[in-house]
Amino acid sequence: MNFSKSFRNTFLVILLSLIVSACATKTTSTKVEGQMQGDVYTGTDTVKYLADGVPDRVFFATNESILTTKSRDTLRKQANWLRANSSINVVVEGHADERGTREYNLALGERRANAAKDYLITYGISADRISVISYGKERPVDSGSNPLSWSKNRRSVTVKAN
Amino acid sequence: MIRIFNLTLLVFLFLITKANSLIEIDITRGNLDPLPIAVSPLFQDDNSKKNSINEIKVENVGSEISSVVENNLKTSGLFNPLSKEAFLQKPDIAHLKPRFEDWALIKAQALITGKVTIENKKLKVEFRLWDILAGREMMALAFTTVPTNWRRVGHIISDKVYERLTGEKGYFDTRIIYVSEEGPKTARVKKLAIMDQDGFNTKYLTLGNELVLTPRFNPSSQMVTYLSYFKNLPRVYLLDIETGTQEVVGDFPGMTFAPRFSPDGKKIIMSFAKDGNSDIYTMDLENRIVERITNHPSIDTSPSYSPDNKFITFNSDRSGFQQIYVMKSDGSNVKRISFGKGLYGTPVWSPRGDLIAFTKLHKGKFYIGVMRTDGSGERLLTENYYQEAPSWSPNGRVLIFYRETKSNDKGEGFSAKLWSIDLTGYNERQVQTETDASDPSWSSLLSN
Repeated sequence: MNFSKSFRNTFLVILLSLIVSACATKTTSTKVEGQMQGDVYTGTDTVKYLADGVPDRVFFATNESILTTKSRDTLRKQANWLRANSSINVVVEGHADERGTREYNLALGERRANAAKDYLITYGISADRISVISYGKERPVDSGSNPLSWSKNRRSVTVKAN
Repeated sequence: MIRIFNLTLLVFLFLITKANSLIEIDITRGNLDPLPIAVSPLFQDDNSKKNSINEIKVENVGSEISSVVENNLKTSGLFNPLSKEAFLQKPDIAHLKPRFEDWALIKAQALITGKVTIENKKLKVEFRLWDILAGREMMALAFTTVPTNWRRVGHIISDKVYERLTGEKGYFDTRIIYVSEEGPKTARVKKLAIMDQDGFNTKYLTLGNELVLTPRFNPSSQMVTYLSYFKNLPRVYLLDIETGTQEVVGDFPGMTFAPRFSPDGKKIIMSFAKDGNSDIYTMDLENRIVERITNHPSIDTSPSYSPDNKFITFNSDRSGFQQIYVMKSDGSNVKRISFGKGLYGTPVWSPRGDLIAFTKLHKGKFYIGVMRTDGSGERLLTENYYQEAPSWSPNGRVLIFYRETKSNDKGEGFSAKLWSIDLTGYNERQVQTETDASDPSWSSLLSN
């Protein structure tokens, strides 16, 4: 990541929202056939489900740990599911893409996992039911070296711990 | 476990002629004109050859040792070892008294000769370094050791020659600890591995059952600190290479990572991540007292001490993006030092104290570079698709790092290899490893 790319991404997001507001019929055409918005993955290729309609993962922009609207939606579904299944504890795994130094990515993965954890907590899930682990860039789900692959790897994944 | 550092090596200093010699090498600049040197095979008599086969299954250990020397000198980029086929004088005769005009004829400026005997389970090696132009001996040394140490003898000879001709300590009798990698990108198996700096004598220190990362030597190179995911708890560990004893040192309520020894060997400095924030801590290895060094809501990681233990350089995104900072070792006086375009990571202080090596990411390319400790004089040494994590040779003249290649959509074409480059930016070369490799750390000089 660098400044210019980040500006470009921000620009893309702004541009996109302009297009969205200006022309409702063109909302689906963004980048890489609708699988990315800015550089956040929006597809479902790698997504697994904790239960029917409850996706296990959320995706992040490069170097970011901010939760997108869609991510917050996913995490609210996870929180509902956790409330309904109070005996289940989870581990939130934080991951980064391969385009960063190893140690920084470990810290970034931890930050992402905690962003997801904190959101679950604000939706009423007890902190002691959620542990976090960062894998940095060590466990990619997609082994390609391209922007789409990287976007799938910048993720936090909620997995059952028991 | 592995007894690699206990060595009984007796060094007898015969004579070092400090008289003005005509040859010397300036290693502070890129050397495009390596010194032509003749490495005559070390002479070994027939009786000794028999013992050599019996003891170490090597027939001509004399010429094997000279190959080790030749390879080291060549790899340094400062020497040009000449083809043996052109040598006119026999090894035993040359060792007694070279005919300088014969060696001058093949354009050699320096000559190494020597003699090897194996008797009573002892390897005795003597060698001499000759200045061809001045027509005199520059150095003569002899070693006695156990025969299985023959490669180390080659490294020590290389160090002596390097030191005599450049005026600086060598880096050949050293080891590299690194992470060996195998398997597909999505399920990589990683083990700690250690090898001689020339890629020989590889040994694996872990089995690959758990993920291990970022091993680093202590100053005596007998201990290693690293990150292990043992029982799925990423924590900093300490490993005694000789005994194989492992213990967790960063057993905090959260991930500890990015460990490194202080140059006095008394502390481990590392990051501790909790609740989405990574800060830098130290642990005193003697009394286990933990000290918090940074306290900032940003990511603070990759700490590295200055050689005098007084300062710490580290990586932080407190400005919004990854940059390099320097502070006093108590955490005060934090100053950002990287101001160029792009992101900066993995700062590591030179053993000479004057430079910090780093990884830089700019416009989708990764660079290994160096800057002064106040951030001035930034110099990028090499650019590639992906490379990071430089580690200094003990003399501060060479950096080793790892480089990854781009893979296609199926993950094919991916590799991770070790590379080295001179501080001058010249002499970039791949370091041979048995498997894919990453996270190299260079040991101190094991002898002298």
